[in-house]
Amino acid sequence: MDADRASLSARGLRALTYGVPLAFLGLFFLYPLAAILARGLRSDGGVASPLDVLTDPLTREVVWFTAWQAVASTVLTIAVSLPAAYVLGRYSFPGRGLVRALVVVPFVLPTVVVALAFLAILPDGIERGWAPILVAHAFFNVAVVVRVVGTFWAGLDPRVNEAAATLGAGPWRRLREVTLPLLAPSLAAAAAVVFLFSFTSFGVVLILGGPGYTTLEAEIYNQAVRIFDLRAAALLSLVQLACVAVTVWITLRLEARLAVAGHLRSERDTLRRPRTRREKAVVVASLGGLAAFLGLPLAVLVERSLAVGGGHSLEAYRALARPTSAFLATPWEAVLNSVLYASMAAVIAVVVGGLAAFAVAAPRRPRFLDGLLMLPLGASAVMLGFGFVIAFDEPPIDFRASRWIVPVVQALVAIPFVVRIVAPTLRTIDEHQREAAALLGASPVRVRREVDLPIVGRALAVGAGFAFAISLGEFGATVFLARPDNPTLPVAIFRFLGRPGELNVGQAYALAVVLMGVTVVSVYLVERMRGPGRGWI
Amino acid sequence: MTRCRHALGLAVALAVVLVAAACGGGGDKPTEVVLVTHDSFAVSDGVKRAFETESGLRLRILASGDASEMLTTALLTAGNPQGDVLFGVDDNLLSRALEGDLFEPYESPALADVDARYVLDQEHRVTPIDHGEVCLNYDKSWFAQRGVPPPSSLEDLSRPAYEGLLVVENPATSTPGLAFLLATVAHFGERGWREYWRALRENDVLVVDGWEDAYTTRFSGASGSRGTRPIVVSYASSPPAEVYYRHPPPDEAPTAVLESSCFRQVELAGILRGARSEDGARKLIDFMLSKRFQEDIPLSMFVFPVNREAVLPPVFERYAVAPETPLELPAEQIEANREDWIDEWTRIVLR
Repeated sequence: MDADRASLSARGLRALTYGVPLAFLGLFFLYPLAAILARGLRSDGGVASPLDVLTDPLTREVVWFTAWQAVASTVLTIAVSLPAAYVLGRYSFPGRGLVRALVVVPFVLPTVVVALAFLAILPDGIERGWAPILVAHAFFNVAVVVRVVGTFWAGLDPRVNEAAATLGAGPWRRLREVTLPLLAPSLAAAAAVVFLFSFTSFGVVLILGGPGYTTLEAEIYNQAVRIFDLRAAALLSLVQLACVAVTVWITLRLEARLAVAGHLRSERDTLRRPRTRREKAVVVASLGGLAAFLGLPLAVLVERSLAVGGGHSLEAYRALARPTSAFLATPWEAVLNSVLYASMAAVIAVVVGGLAAFAVAAPRRPRFLDGLLMLPLGASAVMLGFGFVIAFDEPPIDFRASRWIVPVVQALVAIPFVVRIVAPTLRTIDEHQREAAALLGASPVRVRREVDLPIVGRALAVGAGFAFAISLGEFGATVFLARPDNPTLPVAIFRFLGRPGELNVGQAYALAVVLMGVTVVSVYLVERMRGPGRGWI
Repeated sequence: MTRCRHALGLAVALAVVLVAAACGGGGDKPTEVVLVTHDSFAVSDGVKRAFETESGLRLRILASGDASEMLTTALLTAGNPQGDVLFGVDDNLLSRALEGDLFEPYESPALADVDARYVLDQEHRVTPIDHGEVCLNYDKSWFAQRGVPPPSSLEDLSRPAYEGLLVVENPATSTPGLAFLLATVAHFGERGWREYWRALRENDVLVVDGWEDAYTTRFSGASGSRGTRPIVVSYASSPPAEVYYRHPPPDEAPTAVLESSCFRQVELAGILRGARSEDGARKLIDFMLSKRFQEDIPLSMFVFPVNREAVLPPVFERYAVAPETPLELPAEQIEANREDWIDEWTRIVLR
């Protein structure tokens, strides 16, 4: 055994798993964000002193509303999603893969479209205010909990639970003392992501909240774009960044405290068919409830895409095939653009996020990288978008108008998901397995490949699917990036929605339905690509 | 080890691609002209190609966000712009754009065919391209069925007969919403507009965030809408759009415009200071004023051409209203008061 070579490759591995994610984050997140914040703080805006913004009672009100609605949204999302996560984590049944792909649909839909669908179904009187905001946030984020927790659940060894049952523990006690503690790290991870998404929510809050409801992100947008007080916007985004940093720190502490080492097992060993009538009823009820919750707004979208020409027809879909004055291409080409961009973003996210997951999951390592990688989820998308515009405006990297700018920004948001999905799985790999492999003469790289990779293959596939979906759905910051002539699906939807006339509205909804279809098919296919012996996607 | 090399190789390849993509456009003589604009910009394929053939330049269109978002980006990149020509600044945003010193003056010879009232900057830093009017639209059948006469003036809306019928956009978050607030300022004067909005509030005006919400879900006259409000703030070109985009097209427009409520917005283009292709930028501005482009404007962007030689398409001739004397406010007055008016409006209507 060549000890030098082993230590060299160990160092190389560490450099790679830390260096690539850090470089990516530094160049494409910290640098543009710092550039725009510095520009904002230096500019003489309308405010006299920074303290005026920070001590303004209005700011306090906004921060308070932003925080409590995010906490409430997170609690509601978890409550709505856990039954389905349980069913997907314990049982195998026909169409399971399809269900996993279907829950992602709400997550990728443009907020405007979903908010309009909510307005159409909520009864008069409660269609605006804080309640619909929370319900819409739960609708969007179900996928995060179902998939992050469900995937982790499927890796838990059911024999632990069976042993507890043999020892006489009832179902509630088993849930409280066995299952929940084992699930806790993944629950914390999912909750953090849902919290950050709700915390920075903006379109949903403006449309469903009605005038008077505003989040920090909406206020940052208002200051930067409507009033053009960059300084106030920069100060507010610092407040937001501080809140996000605290959230991330708490999450990491929680995860570290909660993590329990145990063998994660392949789904083949953990999932089983529902056998008793009761088990079948649980599966049907859990999935049925979720289907009703997610299905109703989606059904409205489908209905509106067909409501053309007095009754119902496929005219809006037929119109999609024709070139339209709204863009220089047929709307179908937007589908192709979206898939292309999302694929590039998913590749970047899986490479960078996968490497980072190895770094953050290694034992006895500080978690700062993990925390840093989560920041883009909670940083102001508005400011980041403008940051990109001013940071990369000169050679050697003037890529403001390059095709790469959109997938890079999308990957920024997708990377933490890949890390969140892969790292908890990696952490549960028993160190003894690695040590045994090393004792048998395997180099550190080989240990990763032979021990870790097969186990995380599944998680990486899930991460890739999610990264793809996130990128299909765009991300706030990309709105501000100038893009070459070809619009993506969400952009095409916005353009149609912004024009009066039946066929425009019909085509907007028809494209939203197409986006739903593309999401289901592609997420399903990405997850199929994993298979025994292939490991990596 | 090979895995590790693969990953490293990928990372290096990614870096190379990014840098290569970044360094791509370093040629000497510009072969393209770049139009920076907002997401509502549209042009027919044939018209775009006509420009490219005539000028020998490729026309690249960079669209991002709405007009305010586009302007914010342009202000942040002033002097080192993302393209050569900026299109989409309107009267509301003009002062801000001029203060930011975004443009190089250029007086296009094609302005000869444009009415002087559209020329908002005498130094020609910006050139008018189109105009659109923000107007109250109403649902014709709603009023016909109930035997109520449709509103004939802004004052009508504060009368009991029109209680609970109007939906408007929040001027703090929406461009047409702001235009309608300005319309009331122009019509009722600096003092009267506050009283008017107090009365509208008494009369149960509904305020929503944006045009999409107001028009497609709250307004009863839009196709497919389950809305219950028969009066909405929209555009003078919305009735022809309701005809043009309905399948099959009806004989009569389902909606109509209250002419005396219309507020004019002129959309302008300017050559960005620091443009790489200044000559191409001039050609593009000339082209945007040409009959060919101007006649494409109505059905592409649903606004009106400024070139008086341009012939309107039949659906516009028949269903669109272009008010002769729309409400207007000087750009300087808007710029000086915009934030205060919005704040005051918020206090009066929402608090």
